[in-house]
Amino acid sequence: MQEIATAEIAREPGGRSLWDDAWQRLRRNRLAVFGLVVLTVFISLALLTPWIAPYGYAEQNLDLGASPPSSQHWLGTDIFGRDLLTQILYGGRISLAVGFIATAVALCIGVLWGAIAGYLGGRVDAVMMRLVDILYALPFMIFIVLLMVVFGRNLLLLFLAIGAVEWLTMARIMRAQVQSLRQQEFVEAAVSLGLSPFSIIRRHVIPNALGPVIVYTTLTIPNVMLLEAFLSFLGLGVQPPQSSWGLLISRGAESMEEYPWLLLFPGLALTLTLFSLNFLGDGLRDALDVRGAGD
Amino acid sequence: MWRFILFRLLQAIPVILAVITVTFFLIRMAPGGPFDGEKAVIPEVRAALEAQYQLDKPLLAQYSTYLGDLLQGDLGPSFKYPGRSVNELIAAGLPVTAELGLYALLVAVVIGGLAGVIAALKPNSAQDYLPMSAAMLGICMPSFLLGPLLLLVFGIYLDWLPVSGWGDIPGDKLLPAITLGSTYAAYVARLSRAGMLEVLHQDYIRTARAKGLPEWQVVTRHALRGGMLPVVAFLGPAFAGLLSGSFVVETIFQIPGLGRFYVQAAFNRDYTMILGTTVFLSTLIVLFNLLSDILAAWLNPRLRAQYASR
Repeated sequence: MQEIATAEIAREPGGRSLWDDAWQRLRRNRLAVFGLVVLTVFISLALLTPWIAPYGYAEQNLDLGASPPSSQHWLGTDIFGRDLLTQILYGGRISLAVGFIATAVALCIGVLWGAIAGYLGGRVDAVMMRLVDILYALPFMIFIVLLMVVFGRNLLLLFLAIGAVEWLTMARIMRAQVQSLRQQEFVEAAVSLGLSPFSIIRRHVIPNALGPVIVYTTLTIPNVMLLEAFLSFLGLGVQPPQSSWGLLISRGAESMEEYPWLLLFPGLALTLTLFSLNFLGDGLRDALDVRGAGD
Repeated sequence: MWRFILFRLLQAIPVILAVITVTFFLIRMAPGGPFDGEKAVIPEVRAALEAQYQLDKPLLAQYSTYLGDLLQGDLGPSFKYPGRSVNELIAAGLPVTAELGLYALLVAVVIGGLAGVIAALKPNSAQDYLPMSAAMLGICMPSFLLGPLLLLVFGIYLDWLPVSGWGDIPGDKLLPAITLGSTYAAYVARLSRAGMLEVLHQDYIRTARAKGLPEWQVVTRHALRGGMLPVVAFLGPAFAGLLSGSFVVETIFQIPGLGRFYVQAAFNRDYTMILGTTVFLSTLIVLFNLLSDILAAWLNPRLRAQYASR
């Protein structure tokens, strides 16, 4: 008997963790798995684009002009005879990069800000969160348009501008988490052991607050991608010769009457990605049992 | 309640002031002036123009002049439309954008609210999944994609509705309103479903049912008010989104509203126009956030008590 028990413990050290549990639940959610698969495929395609794109990015075929989908050009070509599939692949690189990098910017600022405010509490917290309140009230969409107009339309600024908007909610979520964690006994124990606030935040608070942050991050990426596409559609985001899905949709909309595929396929790529991210985010929320994040 | 309103009003003032200041100095930092057109302007003319618009004065003097004018409700002249003031352009564009926004909001609240309530009445059934899938589609299908698609199908292929314009041909307001409202209808549907689900589990609903009230009366008379609270709180942010959404929708459907003016001003580097519109729109958004907060507090007795005790 004794041996069996030891063997079982040896096989599963520490039993099933929270993350194993969450993974099991996530796997049972068909829509979330669908989202995960689509995303994995799209991200792999984006990473491999320079090697797998059927044509060169700048390759034109003016004699061909705009042609509907065919065996040579699976998704058709635009008026310059450029392969649409290639365009979508390269555009996807930018769209996804903006989505992930700008979200990462927001994540870093928001988590740190919220953790510090929530952990220190008192007057520091009041000042830090009041600042978030004020920024919250600003009409940011208008400000991003303004920023893009003033400083020219470069990609780095786009990352920063979008990241600067999206960190606010992240900070609020993180702060609420930290505040409730701070009263738990293991944090108290760490304090009495003489750990510095910084290492307590790093070792105990951030790992425990990760669930809601992961969920909200997953739901922030589609928002960011929408914002980028919105700006690019207006001509204030990504600029030619670079391309993004928003820009392709914008150009497709101009000639949709004659060449509807130029609107449909980039639109499909964007919608499918947004769908996947939202499904995955919702699935993660259920799997990690997070309430109140997002929405 | 009054203290709460006063408190929130006082909070709004620094926000608006920050918007004005940041916008003013940002715009002045922009490379390329409003007179850098395709044609080169001879130095004398440029100097005269700059003197006319007071661009030759020190920056701080310009700022204080602008603040002074603003206090009197004067948003300044437009650089690109000579002889017209920003006030006039806003006066021309605002009614159009306001009407569009109102219709879009109507689409959002009526369709979204209805879908959410229907879904909440029978959770985890087809009656729930169908509207909620549609809502997911609404969230993932941005207006700049939905608009052209609707145009293509109903305007061009089926030829049922006009493709552009505002108030010229009957029916031309339908597609823009749906395009602008769809995303918000989707959010409202999700929020009202969640709100209704929470309320329908409460004791007072069970009491209402136990009294023998018919189900539709339980829903409309007792559940709706509490269930719609999250929607009311969402209206403030939604308003801000509708305004910036109108940039796209007005561009797609060629509607002469504030949004299209704003985008054009952004492209033309029409300083005063961007500045004036930004200040105006921002103030509007801040005020609407305030209004939706007050409305939410007024509808929710618990929140009201919290503010009263503060």
